[in-house]
Amino acid sequence: MELLSGDRPMDDGRETVAPSLWRSRAIGFLRAATTPLLPEDYVDLFDPLRTTTVLRARVTDIISETDDAATVVLQPGRTWRGHVPGQYIRIGVDIDGVRMWRAYSVTSGPRTDGRIAITIKAISGGAVSTHLLSSLQVGQIVQMEQADGAFVLPEVLPAKILLLTGGSGITPVMGILRHAVQDLDDVVMLHSAPRPEDVIFADELRSLGDDGRISLLERHTDEHGLLDTDELDALVPDWRERETWACGPAGMLEMLEGHWESAGHAHRLHTERFRPALAEPGEGGTVYFTNADREIDCDGARPILDIGEEAGVLMPSGCRMGICYGCVLPMREGAVRDLRTGEVTTATPGDGILIQTCISAAAGRCDLVL
Amino acid sequence: MTALQKKDHNPVEHLTRSDIESLGEELDALRAQIIESRGAADAAYIRRTIDVQRKLEMGARGVLLFSKYKPAFWLGTAGLTVSKILENMEIGHNVMHGQWDWLRDPKIHSTTWEWDNASPSDLWKHSHNELHHTYTNVLGRDNDLGYGIMRVDEDQRWMPFYLGQPLWNALNACFFEYGIAAYDLELGKYMKGRKDKAVFKRDLDKVGVKVRNQVTRDYVIHPLLAAPFGSWGSTLAANALSNLGRNIWTHSVIMCGHFPEGVETFTKTSIEGETRGDWYLRQMIGSANISGSKAMHIATGNLSYQIEHHLFPDLPSNRYAEISVTVRDICARYGLQYLSGPLPKQVGSAWMKVIRLSLPNHIAAKVKFPSRRKPVAPTALPSRITAMEQSERAA
Repeated sequence: MELLSGDRPMDDGRETVAPSLWRSRAIGFLRAATTPLLPEDYVDLFDPLRTTTVLRARVTDIISETDDAATVVLQPGRTWRGHVPGQYIRIGVDIDGVRMWRAYSVTSGPRTDGRIAITIKAISGGAVSTHLLSSLQVGQIVQMEQADGAFVLPEVLPAKILLLTGGSGITPVMGILRHAVQDLDDVVMLHSAPRPEDVIFADELRSLGDDGRISLLERHTDEHGLLDTDELDALVPDWRERETWACGPAGMLEMLEGHWESAGHAHRLHTERFRPALAEPGEGGTVYFTNADREIDCDGARPILDIGEEAGVLMPSGCRMGICYGCVLPMREGAVRDLRTGEVTTATPGDGILIQTCISAAAGRCDLVL
Repeated sequence: MTALQKKDHNPVEHLTRSDIESLGEELDALRAQIIESRGAADAAYIRRTIDVQRKLEMGARGVLLFSKYKPAFWLGTAGLTVSKILENMEIGHNVMHGQWDWLRDPKIHSTTWEWDNASPSDLWKHSHNELHHTYTNVLGRDNDLGYGIMRVDEDQRWMPFYLGQPLWNALNACFFEYGIAAYDLELGKYMKGRKDKAVFKRDLDKVGVKVRNQVTRDYVIHPLLAAPFGSWGSTLAANALSNLGRNIWTHSVIMCGHFPEGVETFTKTSIEGETRGDWYLRQMIGSANISGSKAMHIATGNLSYQIEHHLFPDLPSNRYAEISVTVRDICARYGLQYLSGPLPKQVGSAWMKVIRLSLPNHIAAKVKFPSRRKPVAPTALPSRITAMEQSERAA
């Protein structure tokens, strides 16, 4: 337990304690000397981890786990507030010049050097994960965000726990296990992977199993097929009594959620999804303006700006031909199509990709911040 | 110069409707090709430019701490001037055009960038990106033609006030950043009572804060920092000189974009129902380039490729040189003049026009000012190629 609470995000003393008068005067003076930039923008030129305006990390080690998975050790910048095991961080890298973000669970155990580790598995068709695995190098700087996510153990640890994972769904659970296994009495872990050699952290899991710290059930789906709920009764007869954390492919999670729901134990199941089901970009769709709380239906042939204005939404606008960038709005989620090129831009939840509403048509549902 | 539609000889009358549309298609294809090939090298270019500019600025300001010594004074002043020019032209102007928005880097984005200039970025983006770039060279709509204070076209009625315009223009060059701020405030429009008072007040406050910050930095804070080294006065002078140098440089470059003899202007009604091809054509013949070395192009923020910039204001500036090869070829094939010349010639031409138009037309007519828009014989006009193919088939 102490281990856990020690890892909780702590208030940053630098921010909560009011700076002294002289200190704030000095900061004011420095700002006046660097306007319109901030002093941090100049610090940034020499040490990208010292700046307080953006959080970044340096890659300090890359450790191969399986054929298509690797653990990346990161040294976060000075504003990093720490994480709770089970949480994820978003990592941003520039691919062909374009910044792309993806979420990865923190998998490292307790460390004294302030570093954290994430474990990345290549996903077929996953531009970011494959890029990271093939080109990430020690010493490289990546963008990151503060840890987030509610897939964590409660303060009062449950007596009996079931961990249900599939593929790279092992990563947040590994983060939890590495921190808390000492304090847990009864852990059943059921992990699915295509083949024995695809099991990430296999040696560590198996040795935890051999030592009796956890009851490890490995399932190799190439041989045994996908887990179904009937088998669950046979494999873990007391699953109803166990507080359960599950992470894995969307299909597996849906099956588990349905099963727990119908058994009336939904409150005992905690799930984590990494790859939100992306809406297939289509022709037209609903545009939701998040701050205005307005929803409008857009066809796929006309700019969102025109349709929004017709519906009485007060939108920023400019040249109306895609040249002045006076109409850009952040897109949090969804997809739009550039009416000039046909190019589709998609945003996953949490993104804030700025789009030009005067030349973009809805390509499925999308959320715009306005 | 007079509006294209009122000219005796119209330099685009040899173009058929389908020629203009195929010109538009060729330029759209060029645009798509550049967008497709944007990548890590372009991203590295803008980051390197920003890095160089910031280090140059820090270095120059550091050297100016010792500006009581003459060599340090001149070295620091030169460094700071170059840094301010880079910051305004190749970085600020282009970032605020959205040329680097595709990086999705919030630090290098049109919505977040603020520049070292008296005009706040949001006001500038409205008057420049939106009004000037949409209504390029349309008389009465594009205030960049004479910035609302000068007579730049024979069609504009002459008033005695214009006699002084060579002087106004020289003063404007020296205080250009304040000129831009006044222009972005739409000061003229306000004084004629055509701008909302509340909006004007709000904008004026923004400009006030921006100017105060700029002035405090250059004329109070940095001289104060240099005071312990006995260099406060010389630092103040150096900052003033570098602002002056930057102002004159940017004014000169901007004059070269649309003022030299041979650049076309358009009547207000001519843009009604304008197609994409028409729009491209207007940008093309309404702009002029500056030829020169790579360093010169960077120092102008690649606005030396004004024609390319006006065709594609949101494509990364480091690609304009490459784009210009195709644009030049299109001009030759379509029988359009690609107006370009070295800096002294373009600046001279722009100044000559300012001087000539300060006089009433009947007096100016007595002075010979040769037009620089030369008729260009098209080498491969699409409509003629089609006509030739048809006649071949008929034969």
